Amino acid sequence: METLALSDEILMSVEKPARYIGNEYNMVVKDPEQVEIRYAFCFPDVYEIGMSHLGMQILYDMLNQREDTYCERVYSPWPDLDRILRDKKIPLFTLETQSPVRDFDILGITIQYEMCYTNILQVLDLSQIPIFAKDRTKEHPIVIGGGPCAYNPEPIADFFDLFYIGEGEVSYPPLLELYKTYKKSSMSKQEFLLKAAEIEGIYVPSLYEVTYNADGTIETIQPKYENVPAKVKKVIVTDFNAAPYPMKPLVPMLRATQDRVVLEIMRGCIRGCRFCQAGMVYRPTRQKDCETMKKYAETMLRNTGYEDISLSSLSSSDYEYLEELIKFLIEQMEENHVNISLPSLRIDAFSLDVMRKVQDVRKVSLTFAPEAGTQRLRDVINKGLTEEMIVNGAREAFQGGWNKVKLYFMLGLPTETDEDAEGIALLSERISEEYFATVPKEERVGSVQITASAAYFVPKPFTPFQWAPMLDREAYVNRAYHVKDTFNRMLNKKRLKFTYHDQDISILEGVFARGDRKLCGVIYDAYMDGAIFDAWTEFFDMSRYERAFEKNNMDYKFYTERERSVDEILPWDHIDAGISKDFLIREWENAQKGIVSQNCRSFCQGCGAASFGGGVCFESKN
Amino acid sequence: MKVRIKYTKTGPMRFISHLDVMRYFQKALRRAEFDVRYTQGFSPHQILSFAAPMPLGLTSEGEYFDGEFNSVTTTFDMVETFNQTASPYLKITDIVILPDNAGNAMSVVTASDYIITLNEEGNRHITADKLEAGVHFLTEQQEIMVMRKTKKKEVLTDIRPMILKAEYSDNRIYLFLTAGSVNHLKPELFLEVLCENMDIPYNRWDYNIHRLETYMDDGAGNRVPLIEAGRRF
Repeated sequence: METLALSDEILMSVEKPARYIGNEYNMVVKDPEQVEIRYAFCFPDVYEIGMSHLGMQILYDMLNQREDTYCERVYSPWPDLDRILRDKKIPLFTLETQSPVRDFDILGITIQYEMCYTNILQVLDLSQIPIFAKDRTKEHPIVIGGGPCAYNPEPIADFFDLFYIGEGEVSYPPLLELYKTYKKSSMSKQEFLLKAAEIEGIYVPSLYEVTYNADGTIETIQPKYENVPAKVKKVIVTDFNAAPYPMKPLVPMLRATQDRVVLEIMRGCIRGCRFCQAGMVYRPTRQKDCETMKKYAETMLRNTGYEDISLSSLSSSDYEYLEELIKFLIEQMEENHVNISLPSLRIDAFSLDVMRKVQDVRKVSLTFAPEAGTQRLRDVINKGLTEEMIVNGAREAFQGGWNKVKLYFMLGLPTETDEDAEGIALLSERISEEYFATVPKEERVGSVQITASAAYFVPKPFTPFQWAPMLDREAYVNRAYHVKDTFNRMLNKKRLKFTYHDQDISILEGVFARGDRKLCGVIYDAYMDGAIFDAWTEFFDMSRYERAFEKNNMDYKFYTERERSVDEILPWDHIDAGISKDFLIREWENAQKGIVSQNCRSFCQGCGAASFGGGVCFESKN
Repeated sequence: MKVRIKYTKTGPMRFISHLDVMRYFQKALRRAEFDVRYTQGFSPHQILSFAAPMPLGLTSEGEYFDGEFNSVTTTFDMVETFNQTASPYLKITDIVILPDNAGNAMSVVTASDYIITLNEEGNRHITADKLEAGVHFLTEQQEIMVMRKTKKKEVLTDIRPMILKAEYSDNRIYLFLTAGSVNHLKPELFLEVLCENMDIPYNRWDYNIHRLETYMDDGAGNRVPLIEAGRRF
């Protein structure tokens, strides 16, 4: 598109004008007049983040494969442009045709994290589309939400016409066919929504009635009409090898956060860490075969010109063809100057050997995610990583020349004590001691650097910890200080570094993650008070939310600090992520007893995901 | 072998920074499967060197970079091949083999020429007559003293010798200005001085500025396009 929505003067007055001009290599060009459905796909964060998201690339490609649909992209304008669009009343536009989002048939928003909720309102507002679904008519785009946050969409239920629960590859065809009929006929929006609710995986929040008990908990969640399902079950791709995958992904001009070819080798995770929502809702674990991955790698590298390739999965070490695939990629690397990055690998002899081949050990740090400081607590969260494994991994790494180690922890996990918190410093110290014991003085180049960082634990829906209370604000801060104090008492403290997250953002994330519909008003008021880009510490301001809670006569602690009983009706109980509540309760009880559960490949835990009829549940009968 | 490549940067790509243009070409050269030489080491990179960065907002049909290639086919074939997997707004138009002793694209530049037109916004508050009169006025001056900002301080400089040619015809200003590491005159500064002298408020975004060509000295005192340092093949 040669003509841009914004004038040169505006573009030159904002940071990184390239965010708003589209025309990236592999951008799909169609004539909007020649399609039946104009679909605006939004990632409600800044361009560089949104362009890094694999799911969006997959759906962009999949939707544009359809001749009747033109899928275009839209991202949140950075606050500098946000101000200008408001002042000059310029409607938010898509990158492809640079045309107003409000003229589209469908606005699909992928919701990857809770802290982007106000950005969703920003996108609707700047598009000059009514923020509340009830105020939108057939003249406005149908607003669809999807992604991990759609597993509990209740805090944003009032802003969406419908939510898509599960993987986009499955139910878009029937939904788009229905939309075409709706558009061409005299069907009312309400009729459309009722019909959409009959499609697998489609949740229409306005068709459900929620009633509350006097204490604020949920009494009932019920469909208002006959054909509306009482529970909406997620849809997933079972033939994962045949799932659509973009052979010509968009290549941004601007350096994106993830700016490389990404091979999705596996979806789901066999490990079953009890805090991890992704590990639960993406079940069952499915992998792609090695030949497909090799072919994709070659084709995508050729079609993009990228020099970098990365593997995507929740736990690459559990991919069965990892050795073969990496061997192939290393050969490619030598022939064609391709750099390989390998995230989420378990540190062992194999992975260290591979990493030595693909990275400069002097520059790159090794990452471990023990998540908790003591073995007791690691058993509670079902993190199958022992202190010995970590220390052995670190020793081998030191012998191999690495001297920078990163450690990821969580603070505020269920049953956590001061001793567990101190364990973070003690484990870091132990790893630094291992360095001095392993590497003789004359072989030390530079100095060992151990960086431990702690995020506050946020309980998520559809995890065994969905009933767990969060700590209060003060307790979080105190616990982080306690860890910091312990670090300061360590002998090797000069080699150790400890950082931790902002507690207010984590608390709010906790509110939204397990929130109910009553929060829609709070999010709206915070937005009207100026909240956008809440995931960015430089823009986040807790006082906006404090005022919003007060205005709505609500106390956020109801959502965070309360321990829920397993009998309580949870705001997401009408959503079925394919894992049974019995399994989650069992795991919650095992956690409290410190009992470890085996992974999906060693012993089936009967989570319920086998009902989808694919993936690891059927790999081999164990 | 050393090669020099001429490219265009037009349309929306005027908002792509120099760094991003370099990253674009690194990928585009790989898509075209050109046999570019790489450095050794853990993160090998293509051996490329770009001429001076162009400010954001300008379009150009006379941009250059040099590269080291292991092998080439023909100029015609390579231009065709490259553009098949290139952005329509960042295409190559020529490629030549440089003699071993050629200076790099960055260091040899001595001048550039430009076409400046009023855009829609500019047409609203500037008349063509004023612009034409301004060009005439400036070309008639013996010296044009301007305060120029350098990295450290402001210095009073005569920019008249840096204006090699300035003409107004067909509603366009044609400018031929010295460029490069010494005596670089930006077309924006010319416009600013023009406006000041004609009592027109200066706003850069009233104008479209388009670079036509980048020049070097041929050793015999002539300014010739950078591409002439090499030979087509």
